[in-house]
Amino acid sequence: MNALNIKRGASSHSAYDLRDPNAPVIESHTLAVIVENEPGVLARVIGLFSGRGYNIDSLTVAETDHAGHRSRITVVTRGTPAVIEQIKNQLGRMVPVYEVHDLTVEGPAVQRELALLKVAGKGDARIEALRLAEIFRANVVDSTLESFVFEMTGTPEKIDAFADLMRPLGLKDIARTGVAALPRGV
Amino acid sequence: MQMTGARMVVQALKDQGVDTVFGYPGGAVLPIYDEIFQQNDIRHVLVRHEQGAVHMAEGYARSTGKVGVALVTSGPGATNAVTGLTDALLDSIPIVVLSGQVPTFMIGTDGFQEADTVGITRPCTKHNWLVKDTAQLAGTIHKAFHVARSGRPGPVLIDIPKDVQFATAAYTPMESAATGHYAPKRTPDAEAVARMVEMMETAERPVFYTGGGVINSGREASRLLREFVEATGFPITSTLMGLGAYPASGKNWLGMLGMHGLYEANLAMHGCDLMINIGARFDDRITGRISDFSPGSRKVHVDIDPSSINKVIRVDVGIVGDVTETLTEALRQWKARGSKVNREGLAKWWAQINEWRAVKCLSYKPSTTTIKPQYALERLEALTKGMDRYITTEVGQHQMWAAQFLGFEEPHRWMTSGGLGTMGYGLPASIGVQIAHPESLVINVAGEASWLMNMQEMGTAMQFRAPVKQFILNNERLGMVRQWQELLHGERYSSSWSESLPDFVKLAEAFGCKGILCTDPKDLDEAIMEMIRYDGPVIFDCRVEKHENCFPMIPSGKPHNEMLLGDAETQGVIGSKGAVLV
Ligand SMILES: Cc1cc2nc3c(=O)[nH]c(=O)nc-3n(C[C@H](O)[C@H](O)[C@H](O)COP(=O)(O)OP(=O)(O)OC[C@H]3O[C@@H](n4cnc5c(N)ncnc54)[C@H](O)[C@@H]3O)c2cc1C
Ligand SMILES: Cc1ncc(C[n+]2csc(CCOP(=O)(O)OP(=O)(O)O)c2C)c(N)n1
Ligand SMILES: [Mg+2]
Repeated sequence: MNALNIKRGASSHSAYDLRDPNAPVIESHTLAVIVENEPGVLARVIGLFSGRGYNIDSLTVAETDHAGHRSRITVVTRGTPAVIEQIKNQLGRMVPVYEVHDLTVEGPAVQRELALLKVAGKGDARIEALRLAEIFRANVVDSTLESFVFEMTGTPEKIDAFADLMRPLGLKDIARTGVAALPRGV
Repeated sequence: MQMTGARMVVQALKDQGVDTVFGYPGGAVLPIYDEIFQQNDIRHVLVRHEQGAVHMAEGYARSTGKVGVALVTSGPGATNAVTGLTDALLDSIPIVVLSGQVPTFMIGTDGFQEADTVGITRPCTKHNWLVKDTAQLAGTIHKAFHVARSGRPGPVLIDIPKDVQFATAAYTPMESAATGHYAPKRTPDAEAVARMVEMMETAERPVFYTGGGVINSGREASRLLREFVEATGFPITSTLMGLGAYPASGKNWLGMLGMHGLYEANLAMHGCDLMINIGARFDDRITGRISDFSPGSRKVHVDIDPSSINKVIRVDVGIVGDVTETLTEALRQWKARGSKVNREGLAKWWAQINEWRAVKCLSYKPSTTTIKPQYALERLEALTKGMDRYITTEVGQHQMWAAQFLGFEEPHRWMTSGGLGTMGYGLPASIGVQIAHPESLVINVAGEASWLMNMQEMGTAMQFRAPVKQFILNNERLGMVRQWQELLHGERYSSSWSESLPDFVKLAEAFGCKGILCTDPKDLDEAIMEMIRYDGPVIFDCRVEKHENCFPMIPSGKPHNEMLLGDAETQGVIGSKGAVLV
């Protein structure tokens, strides 16, 4: 085990370190990066990913502490354990970064995404869309005689599943926020 | 105290202890230049190209341990600074670059000389800021110095729109500036240090592999390193960036390692059972083929930047901390446990190393008719050794020969562009060093092609009476490129000739300094002495063998034990050992 300068709450004592860092397995990790909300900070984080060839599967950002000018960036990324470790260290050494949390290894976390889906159709298809929306607990936030806009929150997988079902029923458009995530418990 | 943004810049620089700024004026920084004009504490060195300003600031910083400062205008001034910023980023050199910007209300309109300077420099600075409010300016400058010098040092840039320079606000003194949360960890984990110390007690074939981080950490780091090496009796090698941390005359010194490093240093790295990396970053010039890198060793890595550890090479013990603090703790623990080492193992290890040393990997075929570049450097070394001497280099073969043939006894005496390999670095860097050390002998060991890239800075040297010595090893070739073409591209010398070279002696005269031409080995000593004695800048055109190759060489992607030793007479000896493929 290496004495890495991983910031509070991060993964230095987790099972992660017991895995072979050079294993060719590709893992998906959700990182929460707490940053000073200064101009350009998002460009800096994104530039790090593109400049060093890391993946971004999803990214959300918003100021979460207005008084303290702190934003929370939630990034879902993919890579070998060694690459994930590099990503965390590269993020951690950036000047405006306060904390880096790897929610995938820090313990159970809740992950939610919000999606808006526009589905157009008539007759049976329209009825079927509405029935499935109920099963998925999606809300109707707009409707015309020929269309609905459904709003749903859930894990990215749940949204994927719902979108797949809506496709043959007239899915016209989809807007997704990307993942927001928090560890469970206190 | 209320003052204009422009005055704040000068005040903040003074408060930070800055005595010299390297820069070039333009519309977007005129208010700052006006303030510089009206004071005498800070000296402004007018360069001839902004790239030169940044390299001068780097030379100043590396030779003093202080933060170097450059000032450039918006648009082209800022874009000209980009190479220097990238150079400083890759070599971890602390510098602050101040750039002018169009007024805030014009940003985004494609205004005259507008460039997205923070956007362009974001990936080539440690951090940068666009200051849109004069009230934030002084605090940001103080924070910038803090960031540049803290943790792993590096370049920062502050972009200052012209209206922010004119507007008035309250000055934030240094003490009350929010240096924020940026406080990289310096103190090592004592348990990790203990694991390193335990390994050191039993290791049979240990080696210290040190780098630029020792220089970055300050003079005390070099003192502690020397004490540790002497006390343990371990061999020590260093990267290009760490030369001088341990003295070249020290008995445990193996010389530089890596692509053009010494045979004994590379084989010690390959064959060791304990590698102690202190402030080096496993650069690809060092590791060669990763899968064959020092296969039988346990590895310890001390580095202030957590992202350096396990980036390239997985190590057994990673210690995040400052070199000085880590060596202090390691020495304390090692002594407290009885100062133990494996004496028998070490004796055998040294016997092996001495066999490797006997190969004399730096030997070359001498000549009585042409000046061999190695010979030129041997003579330069012999004639300047013991002097209060600083060396800078350009990039190419001459740089590697300088690293091999010049000996550095102290840190901060050797300035070279390692990570970016920037041709054109050496001349301006030498001026920056000379401005910081006016009484010392400052020599730029140059190649003719590199030197031409920033030769306009001779004007700066003349204007500011910087008696820098430009020792050009003129092979009329882009020598390093030519060498690769010879070895790897079937001797097809595509564009690696230096055609239409200027007459360097006349060029010197045109600048108003001294030119010396030397073509015969017999005249070399006297010519070098003439260069040293001359009270002013000198351009020394040293015509050397055109087709000399720089050896040893580990071809890219090869392991350490597949080193090329070239045409040295010792070839047979190595061949019989079967250790080296020539
Ligand atoms: C033509 C050419 C050929 C070259 N050939 C060679 C060669 O043969 N051999 C060679 O060695 N190099 C060679 N180089 C240079 C090479 O490219 C690298 O620049 C060099 O090897 C890196 O040196 P370093 O590992 O000491 O790291 P540096 O770039 O000096 O980095 C310093 C490391 O120390 C850390 N650090 C900084 N401050 C501290 C502190 N206070 N405490 C602890 N850690 C700290 C940093 O985080 C970083 O990881 C060559 C360059 C050129 C242009
Ligand atoms: C700005 C820049 N452009 C290109 C290169 C690639 N390059 C590395 S060494 C070299 C040749 C240098 O020639 P010279 O300065 O004469 O030195 P020599 O190798 O002959 O000693 C070149 C072109 C570089 N390092 N930097
Ligand atoms: Mg040349």
